[in-house]
Amino acid sequence: MTTADVYLQQVINGTSLGAMYALLALGFTLVYGILELINFSHFNVFMVGSFVGLGMLELFGVEPNAAALTGFALIGVLVATFAVTMLASGLLGVVIERVALRPLRNVKGPAAMITTIGVSYILFNLVLLGVGADAKNFPSPLPSISFAIGGAVLRLREILIWIASLLLMGGLTYFVQFTKMGKAMRATAQDPDAARMMGVEVDRVIIMAFFLGSALAGAGGLMFGLYYNLTSYVIGFTTGLRAFTAAVLGGIGNVPGAMVGGVLIGLIEAFGSYWISAAWADVIIFSILVLVLVFKPAGLFGRLAPNKS
Amino acid sequence: MPRETPSTEADLLLEFKSVNTYYGDLHVLKDVNYAIRRGEIVSLLGGNACGKSTTMKTIMGVVRPTRGTVLFDGEPIERLSTSARVRRGIAPVLEARRLFPRMTVFENLEMGAYTRKRGSEFNEDLERVYSLFPRVKERRNQLGGTLSGGEQQMVAIGRALMARPRLICMDEPSMGLSPLFVEQVFDIIQEINRQGTTIFMVEQNAAMALSIAHRAYVLQTGVVVLSGTAAELKENPSIREAYLGELQVNAAA
Repeated sequence: MTTADVYLQQVINGTSLGAMYALLALGFTLVYGILELINFSHFNVFMVGSFVGLGMLELFGVEPNAAALTGFALIGVLVATFAVTMLASGLLGVVIERVALRPLRNVKGPAAMITTIGVSYILFNLVLLGVGADAKNFPSPLPSISFAIGGAVLRLREILIWIASLLLMGGLTYFVQFTKMGKAMRATAQDPDAARMMGVEVDRVIIMAFFLGSALAGAGGLMFGLYYNLTSYVIGFTTGLRAFTAAVLGGIGNVPGAMVGGVLIGLIEAFGSYWISAAWADVIIFSILVLVLVFKPAGLFGRLAPNKS
Repeated sequence: MPRETPSTEADLLLEFKSVNTYYGDLHVLKDVNYAIRRGEIVSLLGGNACGKSTTMKTIMGVVRPTRGTVLFDGEPIERLSTSARVRRGIAPVLEARRLFPRMTVFENLEMGAYTRKRGSEFNEDLERVYSLFPRVKERRNQLGGTLSGGEQQMVAIGRALMARPRLICMDEPSMGLSPLFVEQVFDIIQEINRQGTTIFMVEQNAAMALSIAHRAYVLQTGVVVLSGTAAELKENPSIREAYLGELQVNAAA
């Protein structure tokens, strides 16, 4: 392998991881944009999502030693698994908002944020109780096809992650930019009182932000399983913290910022692991976070808080 | 300018009946009564912290009265959500305009029509706004936050019109505008009124407000102390001293 091949391999790995971080970062940013709340339960919605995906794949009979699916069967299983995982995760986010956060809506201070940490621990322990502490093997329905590009290897799982994330991020961008509900979300993020005066039902906007963010986190959880071929009750914290870093890096509250931030974090992780050591990945990621916060506190693309004008 | 039509129940579009509003223990509106007839421009005058903004918030449902009734078109609305009130035909022009800064002018207008179905009426309303404010049409793809104060006020009024309201509640439409723009804005307010929309307007600039209003109320520490036609109030000595006089002093300074 030449150096160029190695770099290309890091780009392939980094953009795949980064797409997953981006999906997760979007949930932080959507909720923060509207409520100015950092939702730590999001970490473990992602983790629950990976287990929902695992359950769905098992339901479809995808097992570690089963023959790989092809053609329409493969596409059908993937679409159904993504759809159910995202729906279940989205509903989990809506339930969290309704049960744990809405009663605290008008409470000032950090109460709501601390509640999200509590919810995060509840999910963490429920999954631990339900499936045990061992990492679970995550079967892949994908045939093990790979392409050699020079010395670098591109596998089907990376292509799947790219396609799925592009579709999801494209869909979200379209929703936020062009639909009536998406515009109501932007208006609420920019000036909630004025949005309410236009007749926007702000509670519905908040539910939508939780649903979309959590559904994307669920998709991210499923991708995590497909990428690493395992899942565990602990994956929420490490991955969630990196994705949160991605959201801050891009400027929390900023939707395109979260996407770019996610991909950047993925690339930093891949190249950092290569140049230094995988064990240092988090040290590198959080050092960059510290540098960004020192020199550009609002993130690369700005918007720390909605401008209330 | 004041209309000589006799007031009947059917004429009334908005009515406050002994409305009392509190913020915690603070009693803001005290047994306030307003009666706004269809087709009128009614102005609400008063100094700082007299309850003018609370009146607007009570109409829009941001603040709920503790006692008393608010009637719109003969029906009590004090328990309705803001969204339901907008649907019934009340639209606000908010204090300091409050455009959505990172949405385009067109998107801001769309937000004004949020409670309405998108269709031919939307396009008619849009054309109406563009013909009232050619400048808004020119700026339609610009972000709200990049406009001048006067342009923002035009968009804010256009945004209210997009709801096709029967009543527009304006909170300080002249605030922060240059005298030239104030003139323009008040001309447009009169034009909108002539086209059939009732206007209830809170305004610090009493001289301007009385020049276009049919009637006015004067609010002092949450109590309506005076009401009458704009012509009557312009001649009232205490008004001249408290509001019109004060303004001349400000203008000279």
